[in-house]
Amino acid sequence: MQIYLPIAEVSVNAFLLLGMGGLVGILSGMFGVGGGFLMTPILFFIGIPPAVAVATEANQIVASSFSGVLAHVRRRNVDFKMGTVLLVGGLIGAAFGVVVFNYLKSMGQVDLLVKLCYVVFLGVIGSLMFVESLNALRKSRNNVPPTRKKHNWIHGLPFKMRFRVSGLYISVIPPIIVGVFVGILSAIMGVGGGFIMVPAMIYLLGMPTKVVVGTSLFQIIFVTAFTTLLHATTNFTVDIALAVLLLVGGVIGAQIGTRLGTYLKAEQLRILLALLVIVVCAKLALDLLLQPTELFSLGAPGGH
Amino acid sequence: MLLRSLLLLLTLATLPARAEEVVLGLSQDKVAITATFNGKEILLFGAVKRETAIQETPPLQVVIAVSGPTGPITVRRKERRFGIWVNTDAIEVDTAPSFYAVATSVPFSEALSNVEDQRHKVSIPLAIRSVGAPMDVANPQDFTEAVIRIRQNEGLYQKLDGAVRFDEQTLFRTTIQMPANLTEGNYPTRIFLTRGGNVVSQFETVINVNKVGLERWLYDLSRQKPLWYGLMSLAIAIAAGWLASAVFQLFRRT
Repeated sequence: MQIYLPIAEVSVNAFLLLGMGGLVGILSGMFGVGGGFLMTPILFFIGIPPAVAVATEANQIVASSFSGVLAHVRRRNVDFKMGTVLLVGGLIGAAFGVVVFNYLKSMGQVDLLVKLCYVVFLGVIGSLMFVESLNALRKSRNNVPPTRKKHNWIHGLPFKMRFRVSGLYISVIPPIIVGVFVGILSAIMGVGGGFIMVPAMIYLLGMPTKVVVGTSLFQIIFVTAFTTLLHATTNFTVDIALAVLLLVGGVIGAQIGTRLGTYLKAEQLRILLALLVIVVCAKLALDLLLQPTELFSLGAPGGH
Repeated sequence: MLLRSLLLLLTLATLPARAEEVVLGLSQDKVAITATFNGKEILLFGAVKRETAIQETPPLQVVIAVSGPTGPITVRRKERRFGIWVNTDAIEVDTAPSFYAVATSVPFSEALSNVEDQRHKVSIPLAIRSVGAPMDVANPQDFTEAVIRIRQNEGLYQKLDGAVRFDEQTLFRTTIQMPANLTEGNYPTRIFLTRGGNVVSQFETVINVNKVGLERWLYDLSRQKPLWYGLMSLAIAIAAGWLASAVFQLFRRT
């Protein structure tokens, strides 16, 4: 069934969008990522104008994250305190990121920068996670107890706060820095930033994997809601019809994903996410390296 | 002043009627874009009105051109730099129609001479205007060719040689397939009667393409009350997220 999208001004297959929303929703619920880093490139591919794809994707992430976070709240897997600290950092970062984005836009080549950002971050994070979780998996097989709660420089910082749900007593400075950093990147790359935040929470802050997913989703809701409003009021690029189609599939997928996630071990979950990140990274890297079939591209006048 | 224009009107009215004129019919002069819009086939048909006997040679031909709203576009070219493919040059094409279809009763070059094509800007390359390409860009004509190639592949530009059926040098008809990714606006439609490549008569009309119903309402809301539109999008997202969660919770209990 073809549906004409009022803002994007293209006609697309409704079932295709529902299916895509569902698949990305499953991943979102399982791994605590918004799924933007997967969905946005897919939307480009099926012919949605980039500006509309980025803005509408933000709206869809709100829905799937909200659906996912409710399931995690019931399981008491959300550290609201940590989430709020991260959110404060995230909003500061996002505001700063928009400034950086506009500066780069005025210099041209912002597309390339976004793609390089994707390749570098997805590549580094994906391979680090993959190696680490393989090691963890091997250790758990050999029944060696995991060595957690190492004392490092992070524990020497001031402004300590107790995060009961995460079982942490650390300074607020590292989570705020993580939030700011993720905020900057999410503004530049146009995604929720879950795929950066989840590993950062696990490896930098030492939060338990189960709590990380819910907390990440909690933070993503607010950042993407803010982004949606910003796009809707300044660029008029949020396509509500596209968003509804994507989020109907997305919210159902998120519920299924959250349940699937509980059947898997934390290490397995991390290995799968790492593989996914590496695959997306490889695809984007190939696009940059191989000669495209069409060297020319059409765009709206103005930017470069 | 008034007298002069009156005089002008009078002289115009008393001029002899043209030998051959187009009488046009359209299957529809409005295209409504609804939620399930999936392209539209428009039938253009008409007749040649004449007061003299049919002049057999050279035969009369019909050229029909339907154009979408025009606007500027930026065309970028990729080149390999440091091992990766990046956009290097960009050219702004001043006006390019969002949709353009030319249908003729015989191959285009037979129906319309180059001179007449230049004058009336009928063929696809002439419908695109690009002035003032930057000096540092090599082969600027590649860019306009790229516009035509890309839009032809998307079905937005159509060259339909021989697609007009022309019976007895009097009745003509053709269908134009408008694709699903149509933009709103007025679509100027021109019909030329040609003889030996020269235009003998010309007729112009407009096809209206408009969003209607829900599509119209959403589009207007997003432009006129963007904050409410944004809040509505968020409300739908939150409600859908909650609903899915609640429904699945119900499944778990039972």
